[in-house]
Amino acid sequence: MSEPLISKAADFANPEQTLTPVPDVVSVAGTPAGSVAGAPVTADGRGEFLHYALRNRKLVFGLALEALFVIAAVVGPLISPHNLTAYFLPHQPPSAGHWLGTDYFGHDVFAQLVNGLRTSYLVGALGALCASAIGMALGFIAGWRGGLLDDVLQMVTNIIIMMPSLVLLIVIGAYLKTRGLVFEGVFIGLTTWPWVARAVRAQTFTLRSREFVDLARLSGRRPARIVLADIAPNMASYLFLVVILLFGSSMLLAASYDFLGLGPTNVTSLGTMMNQANEWSALLLHTWWWFVPPGVVLTGMVAALLIANVGLDEVFNPKLRGQ
Amino acid sequence: MRRYFTRKVITYVLAFFVGATIDWGIPHLMPGDPVQIYLSNFDLQPSGYAPLYKTMSEAFGTSLPLWDQYLHFWDGLVHGSFGVSIYDFPNQVTTLIWQALPYTLALLVPAITLSYIAGNRLGALAARRKVLDNTVLPAGYIFQAMPYAWLALAAPYLFGVIWHVFPISGGYAEGLLPQFSWIFISSLFVHWLLPFLTVFLVSLGGWAIGMRNLVIYELESDSSRYLRALGAREGLVRRYAYRNASLPQLSGLALQLGVVIGGNIVAEIAFRYPGLGLLIYNAITSEDYFLLQGIFIFIIIGVLAANFIIDIVFVVVDPRTRLSMQGATA
Repeated sequence: MSEPLISKAADFANPEQTLTPVPDVVSVAGTPAGSVAGAPVTADGRGEFLHYALRNRKLVFGLALEALFVIAAVVGPLISPHNLTAYFLPHQPPSAGHWLGTDYFGHDVFAQLVNGLRTSYLVGALGALCASAIGMALGFIAGWRGGLLDDVLQMVTNIIIMMPSLVLLIVIGAYLKTRGLVFEGVFIGLTTWPWVARAVRAQTFTLRSREFVDLARLSGRRPARIVLADIAPNMASYLFLVVILLFGSSMLLAASYDFLGLGPTNVTSLGTMMNQANEWSALLLHTWWWFVPPGVVLTGMVAALLIANVGLDEVFNPKLRGQ
Repeated sequence: MRRYFTRKVITYVLAFFVGATIDWGIPHLMPGDPVQIYLSNFDLQPSGYAPLYKTMSEAFGTSLPLWDQYLHFWDGLVHGSFGVSIYDFPNQVTTLIWQALPYTLALLVPAITLSYIAGNRLGALAARRKVLDNTVLPAGYIFQAMPYAWLALAAPYLFGVIWHVFPISGGYAEGLLPQFSWIFISSLFVHWLLPFLTVFLVSLGGWAIGMRNLVIYELESDSSRYLRALGAREGLVRRYAYRNASLPQLSGLALQLGVVIGGNIVAEIAFRYPGLGLLIYNAITSEDYFLLQGIFIFIIIGVLAANFIIDIVFVVVDPRTRLSMQGATA
């Protein structure tokens, strides 16, 4: 499952230990700090970002690995010698004709793998997108307005966090006979937004009492504009990290759902491959090439995101750059 | 502290209310008439359909207005009655749940607590030693990124099918009857070990990484610098850093319970371990909605109870919650 991933975002939710917001950035190693309190990012700042990004080994390694998987997802189905529905001899081990062998039904495993990659990326992206949209909206509102509205929203957030989402999906899924990719992505988004909301709320809370926000308020800016133009840019890097983690955990969540047979009923994904392998006793038939590749690929996809995330953290946060 | 607990208890009561309402609402608000769907299985003559439909809707109470059905649901809930299971027919849903519960708890409680304790220790150690850091961190990321379902396939394949060290499915050996004997208990233990280890391993990485980052952060904090300036030994500084870092980890544990339980369900299904997770699976495959509803309520109660326990632990661990009880504000 994906719990440890999101927990990283939850750690951030504690304002005492969050990343230093941009206004505190001091010049590092002679280069001037790029963006100052709410000001738009200048070309200078972008140069500084690139300077550190390209020299961060974790970030470069993570991105390169991720790019490899993305290319496989985009190009894979096009170069795969067989399509998803073609039949061959069942239970063939990997060979020149079938790069990853064939499954119980005689389908080509490589074709399933590259198509499954696509599905996993799409579901992950959709889940992360929905969760960040809802979570940011509610987090900004709760953090900015405070008071009763904040109490109510926090209560809702805490209640949804406590709902066991897998069980909820099982109950809903038991009644929905067909499920698509969009349903799965949106469902993941609807159950994981509280993590984003908590994090964004905590950040907004600490930022809204800063001087530059007071100044913006004095100058008569509308609240929506202050939130979007003054507060949001100051946690942009942090939000970016949260979204990356969500992307990874959405893919893992989707794999769990698919494994239980609750995933999309009309497409192949990495999780449905594992589900099929389990249902048709790939373990006892020793057809390891059916269930090992999807797991290894998914681990690689998510691990690459995590490593890139750590690298980005170091790039964004001067305190972590150090040696 | 009273304020702290009042707030928590209100959240729990509301969460239970929302959970129970969802549990009731999903089947009732889904499109389609359940009695009609049920009767469509039987290939009935048109003349027999109408009276049977009438009898069935009265028997299941679907002819009542929705609010009345909702009140009936709560009435049953308060009296601990969830109806009769379809999958294991004459048995009550509650009987089945009580049978499965010990297995789930035996898997879940040690896995959560041991991985939390071991992960935190490992993370704190990694923050101290470069060598350990270079091994714990990458391993932690890989375990964090690993889809649980896959580990639950790969581990039994390796240990069960290839090396024949552990059995790959079931709660105890087939042919044994549950009894208090050495053979049964050892069989229980051998079957428990592999599912436990996989759940344990998957959660371990997350705790270790979280703790490592927190301890490093705490060691750089002003309070640690102050302690060092006073001439405190490095061991003492680290001990305080560890204690400070365990608070966010503990609240993280409370937040993740719902997800950990989800992972446990995957484990039980993959290993065919006879706990609540496998019961859920059987309920889905045999379309036993009463059983499904009952388990959902049970899991929500479990999550809320575990949250409450963590709240109490928080009062013990974090002096600030106790301070607010005495009127001082922290």
